[in-house]
Amino acid sequence: MSKSPTLRVVVVATLFVALFLAGVALRANVIEYVQRIVLLAGINIILAVGLNLINGTTGQFSLGHAGFMAIGAYAAAYVGVLLGPLVEGWCGPGLLADGLTLNLALVVGAFFSACAGLLIGIPSLRLRGDYLAVVTLGFGEIIRIVFTNAEFLGSATGYFGDEPAGLREYTSFFWVYVWALLVVVGLYNLTFSQMGRSLVAIREDEIAAEAIATPTTRLKVQAFVISAATAGIAGGLFAHMQAGIRPEDFRFEKSIDMLVMVIIGGLGSISGAVLGGIFVAVTLELMRDLAQYRLVIYALLLVVIMIVRPRGLLGTRELFDTWKKKSGPSQGSRA
Amino acid sequence: MSLLELERVDKVFGGLAALKGVSFSVEKGSIFGLIGPNGAGKTTLFNVITGVYEPDGGSIRFRGRDIAGERPAVIAAGGIARTFQNIRLFRSMSVEQNVMVAGHHLHQSGMVDALLRTRRYYRDEARLEKKAHELLEVLGLGPLAAEPAGSLPYGSQRRLEIARALMLEPELLLLDEPAAGMNSQEAHELEHQLRFLRSELSLSLVLVEHNMSVVMNVCDFVHVVDHGETIGQGVPEQVKADPRVLAAYLGQEESVPA
Repeated sequence: MSKSPTLRVVVVATLFVALFLAGVALRANVIEYVQRIVLLAGINIILAVGLNLINGTTGQFSLGHAGFMAIGAYAAAYVGVLLGPLVEGWCGPGLLADGLTLNLALVVGAFFSACAGLLIGIPSLRLRGDYLAVVTLGFGEIIRIVFTNAEFLGSATGYFGDEPAGLREYTSFFWVYVWALLVVVGLYNLTFSQMGRSLVAIREDEIAAEAIATPTTRLKVQAFVISAATAGIAGGLFAHMQAGIRPEDFRFEKSIDMLVMVIIGGLGSISGAVLGGIFVAVTLELMRDLAQYRLVIYALLLVVIMIVRPRGLLGTRELFDTWKKKSGPSQGSRA
Repeated sequence: MSLLELERVDKVFGGLAALKGVSFSVEKGSIFGLIGPNGAGKTTLFNVITGVYEPDGGSIRFRGRDIAGERPAVIAAGGIARTFQNIRLFRSMSVEQNVMVAGHHLHQSGMVDALLRTRRYYRDEARLEKKAHELLEVLGLGPLAAEPAGSLPYGSQRRLEIARALMLEPELLLLDEPAAGMNSQEAHELEHQLRFLRSELSLSLVLVEHNMSVVMNVCDFVHVVDHGETIGQGVPEQVKADPRVLAAYLGQEESVPA
C-alpha cells in the first residue's frame, strides 16, 4: 500500500468504479445461477479471511463461526426489514436506498456478532490452550437452537420478514466485493503490523510472548472479536442475498466449511484464505448433486492436502511475498 | 537499595519444596551468577521472579516495589527481561521480526493507524526496525536479519533471544544458561558481549550457568543453591573455595572447579 495519501484515494476510487462496472456487466451478461456463485464466493472470502485471523494467525481454534455468522445474519435481516421502508421513504426507492439499508444492517449485524465474540472470548481466551475450540463448538449449536426457538425470528421455518415488504435482496456484487475488499485489505494491514506480529508470536510460543511484555489476553480477544465481526458481515450479506434465512443455514457443517476454506488455503495466509473461499464456493456448487457426501468428500480432500501440502496451498506465506520481501514486515516462512 | 531483592522466597509444587526461603539481592550494574546442580531450583527462581509462577511465600522487590504474583507481561514491561533455558524463539518469523515484536513500548500507534497505514504507523515501524538492527549488530546477528529464526544455528539462536530481550530496554536481564551448547571460543565471545551489555547499556545481569569458567570470569557475585536452599554465596574466589559448595556441586571435596 502506498504512502502517498492522494495516490491512495485515486487507487481506492478506481477500484470502486471498477467493481461497480464489473457488477453491472455481470448482471447483464451472466445467468443468475452463476451470479449467485460469484456472490457466495465473495461472502466466503470474507468468512475465510476473518476466520484465518483467529485460527491461522493467532493459532486459537474457533469451531463455531457459523454461530457468529448466524447472529450477523439474523440481526442484519431484522434491521433490514425494519429500516428498509423508512430509508426508502426518506430518500426514495433506488440503488442509494438499497445500499444505505444494506450497510446499516451489516454494521448492526457486525456489532452484534462482535459483542457475542467478546462475551465468548473473554472467559475462554484468558487461558492458554484449546478452551476456545470447546466453547465455540457449544456456542455455535446453542445459537442455532436459540434461533430455532425464537418465534419473532420465524423459529425453525426461518425468517422472511413481515409483510408487506419482507426480507429484501439488497446484496449485490458491488457491495459484496466492496466488503470483501475492505476485510481483506483491513486484515492484511493488521496482520502485517505490530499487532499481527504479536499474534503470530502468541501462536508460536505464548510463554515467550508474555515474557516480552505482549498483552496476550487483550490481543487474542481483539483478534477474536474482529474475526466474529467479519463473520457477522458475511452473515448479513448472506441474509440479504435471498428472501429468507433458516437456522439450518448455520449448522455445524457451516463452521466446517469455513475451516476447510482456511486449511486448504494454508492456515495463516490471507491470500490462501481468499483462494480457499473461492474454491469452496465453486466445489459446493459442483457437488450439489452429491450433497449428502459432502463431508466425506471434504475429508478425502483434507487427507490428500495433508499428504501433498501439509501446510495448505500457501502455508503461512502470501501469494505476493516474493516482490515485497524487503519492503514490509513479512511473517517469513516456516523452516 | 538493591535493584532486585528476594526475601525468604518459597515455592512448592505439590509435596515438593522447590524453593525454601531463598534470599539474595542484585546490585545495580552487577553481573550476578546463580549456580547449583541440576534440579537445584535455579530456573524456578527465574520463573518466580518473572511471574511465570507465583511464589508461595516471601517477597520479591524490584526497585523497591513488590512484584511477586504480577503477570509476566507486566513484569517484563516493568524492566525485567529474560531468556529461556530451552530456547523459545518465534521460529517461523524472521530474525528481525523476532526482535521487533518485543518493541511494544516503541510502538505507540494503535490499531486504527495500522489499518489506515498512517504516517504515525510508518514512523513507528521505522523506529522499531532501526532499534532491532542496532541490537542485532551488537550481538553479531546483523547479516542474518532476514533469515527465519528457526533455521539459525544453536549459538545464534541463544544470542537472538538476548537481542529480543534487550528490545524491551530492560534494567535487569535474566539469562538462563546463555553458554549452553557453546564451544570455548563462543563462550569467550559471550563473556565479552555480557561485559559490553553491562558497560554500554548500563544493564544488570543475573546469570544461570553451568559453564564455570564463564561464571568465574564475568560474575561479580555468585549465589549457590541446592535442593531449593542457599548453600553459599560471595565473590567467585570465595565460592570456589567453599567446602559446602564443592560437596554439593561436585559430589566430592578434593577436586577444584576449573
